[in-house]
Amino acid sequence: MKTSKLTTIWSKLVPLLALFGLIVVVTILNPSFIDPANIMNLLRQISINGLIAFGMTFVILTGGIDLSVGSILALTSALSAGMMVAGVDPILAIVIGTLLGAVFGALNGVLIAKGKMAPFIVTLATMTIYRGLTLVYTGGKPITGLGDSYAFQLFGKGYFLGIPVPAVTMILAFIVLAFMLHKMAFGRKTYALGGNEKAALVSGIKVDRVKIMIYSISGMMAGLAGMILTSRLNSAQPTAGQAYEMDAIAAVVIGGTSLAGGKGRIAGTFIGVLIIGILNNAMNLLGISSFYQQVVKGVVILIAVLLDRKRS
Amino acid sequence: MRIVMENIHKAFGANKVLQGVDFTLEPGETHALMGENGAGKSTLMNILTGLFPQNQGKITIDGKETAFTNAKEAEEAGLAFIRQELNIWPQMTVLENLFIGREKRNALGVLKEKEMKKQAEAIFKRMNISIPLNKEAGECSVGEQQMIEIAKALMLDAEVIIMDEPTSALTDREIEMLFQIMKELTSGGVSLVYISHRMEEIFEICDRITVMRDGVSVATSYIKETSFDEIVKQMVGRELEDRYPERNPTYGETIMEVNGLTKEDVFADISFSIRKGEILGISGLMGAGRTEIMRSIFGIDSFDQGEIKIDGKAISIKTPASAAKQGLAFITEDRKEEGLVLDFSIRENIGLTNLESFSPNGVVKGNDEKQFVKMMIERLKVKTESQETQAVNLSGGNQQKVVIAKWVGTAPKVLIMDEPTRGIDVGAKREIYHLMNELTDRGIAIIMVSSDLPEVLGMSDRILVIHEGKISGELARKEATQEKIMTFATGGN
Repeated sequence: MKTSKLTTIWSKLVPLLALFGLIVVVTILNPSFIDPANIMNLLRQISINGLIAFGMTFVILTGGIDLSVGSILALTSALSAGMMVAGVDPILAIVIGTLLGAVFGALNGVLIAKGKMAPFIVTLATMTIYRGLTLVYTGGKPITGLGDSYAFQLFGKGYFLGIPVPAVTMILAFIVLAFMLHKMAFGRKTYALGGNEKAALVSGIKVDRVKIMIYSISGMMAGLAGMILTSRLNSAQPTAGQAYEMDAIAAVVIGGTSLAGGKGRIAGTFIGVLIIGILNNAMNLLGISSFYQQVVKGVVILIAVLLDRKRS
Repeated sequence: MRIVMENIHKAFGANKVLQGVDFTLEPGETHALMGENGAGKSTLMNILTGLFPQNQGKITIDGKETAFTNAKEAEEAGLAFIRQELNIWPQMTVLENLFIGREKRNALGVLKEKEMKKQAEAIFKRMNISIPLNKEAGECSVGEQQMIEIAKALMLDAEVIIMDEPTSALTDREIEMLFQIMKELTSGGVSLVYISHRMEEIFEICDRITVMRDGVSVATSYIKETSFDEIVKQMVGRELEDRYPERNPTYGETIMEVNGLTKEDVFADISFSIRKGEILGISGLMGAGRTEIMRSIFGIDSFDQGEIKIDGKAISIKTPASAAKQGLAFITEDRKEEGLVLDFSIRENIGLTNLESFSPNGVVKGNDEKQFVKMMIERLKVKTESQETQAVNLSGGNQQKVVIAKWVGTAPKVLIMDEPTRGIDVGAKREIYHLMNELTDRGIAIIMVSSDLPEVLGMSDRILVIHEGKISGELARKEATQEKIMTFATGGN
């Protein structure tokens, strides 16, 4: 009993220790890393991956995967940009764009739950479909001329109490989602589904409904991330968000969530997002080529999973 | 082969599992190993077969001190362990299963099919069984799969075969066949260790019995010189009252009616009703469709025709969620596969069926839940230090109590229990029987599916017998006997 308690504490601490170790090493190598300006910059950089990874955590906790998030980001970005060009109020366009993300996610969920298809296959297919629709809608060209609404600019580029607004959005999303996961019945059902789907079903849990909800959350987070990106770029790019699913999955895994489902925490995902963000940020500061950055990121993922294996 | 295990001790961390066990196995004998769940039977056999070492004590085989360092060594020395969870690759053929990991091949690595077939046929002939070698193992019955495991052991020239609960999933006919094979093996000098909870079988097939309790071997006796009561006494360390508590049911009005329930090729025209406070036993052979009927009633599987009425009103049940809403509860036969989320704590497992009541607005009220779970743990006498203990760390009996607690907590109108006491010890069984009485006293109706005939006879007020998907007979408690049930179950009348 005692040992198992120790191991659970240990397993929660490992990602955190890795994060602090990383911060110390990077600061020694280049003290300008801990400049407040750089930290704020870092927080803004990670907000998009953060939002997507938080949604992905729910999906992976049920033993699923969502490969379509990058395409959902691009499609919602294009659709909301289109609305703005057509004269829709920018704030309304942001709300609609985020909700459309939830709708695209819900479609994934319906196909997975009601169609009884594997999440990998379904989201692989919708990844292409949503990307294709984005290209069709944009004609393959960026959508620009979104106007100069102050609120819209603020959403991607502004500051609130000195903190970048995207980072504030990410932190708010984290608080809401962590509350749902750890304090609400819905979160308990999410873990139950990942731990033993059959037992969850037999226990009278509406498994299909929970799954659809979970993929909707993932899609909604991708949509929200899409809105931030649209504001930051002041345009919609048809190729935006490509391979974003990979960084999100990597963050979830580094954060200690098991791909088999049932085990993990959203706080771990936050740490994973920070680790990936700091790696990118620091290697830029240190002038390491982006080619090497990819290699390092891959190695970090492997180490994270290896440590996870050792623990269990 | 003569095995002597002396004063074996084993601890996992602070948890002392074995604290001085003596066990001897003579050549050609069938030796029963019995004890409540958690008594240390499996640990003892795992030490013998080299899965892990003992902390203290010694093992001698044919007079020579031995310590296997892994399972393979034990296997090569002639010790085979057939576990409760069979080691079968369902997509591979019987022949491929028999030779898995030891395929015969020529210098180029090509398989020698003919030679393997010949050897397999010879073994099957020795066991006096016939299973087509090219049949997929997954298509075989559990009984046949067990035969495959035994054949595998024999091909390794096993002199000692340990069987853990071999009959828990077998039909009576298959059990008979297994016993026949066991007798042939022992007459050929093979020794068998037979781990089981089924007293009747032990008295039928075994020569000696060793009873374990709390990590100690209590006694070893010759079957001929001991008795059922004696063994139970040794096992629980106290006199047990009657095996089944007395039932004094008072019935209310009819609570549930099932009319003409039919699912093509599975079951047909199932009609019955049950009153408040009644225990309806469902008997029949393995594969007769008992479990399937219950799964359809509870909305896990669909059905083609028929209706279900609760309180006289026809209801539609499409999912377990809707069944639970209508006041049904279902304790599945497989607690690990479908009953529990093993990584969840006791609290989370019991909470799962009651989430809605703890979270009226979606937010779980932690204190309400803890209070409730505490009450359920006390009521069902779940043995645990804390409600945060993970379900996976509980013994079988305690796991079953948690599954029951999940559903009793929902205050159901009709509780369906599928094999409620399979694989759990005598003490826990009795507690479950008492609980069933307590529930029916409060007006809950219980449908109990069971393969354990004495249990069906001991606890049911009325018994339905299922044969090939149809109700073949109904017996009142007073007129029911094992013989009558078996007659109906095998299709006679």
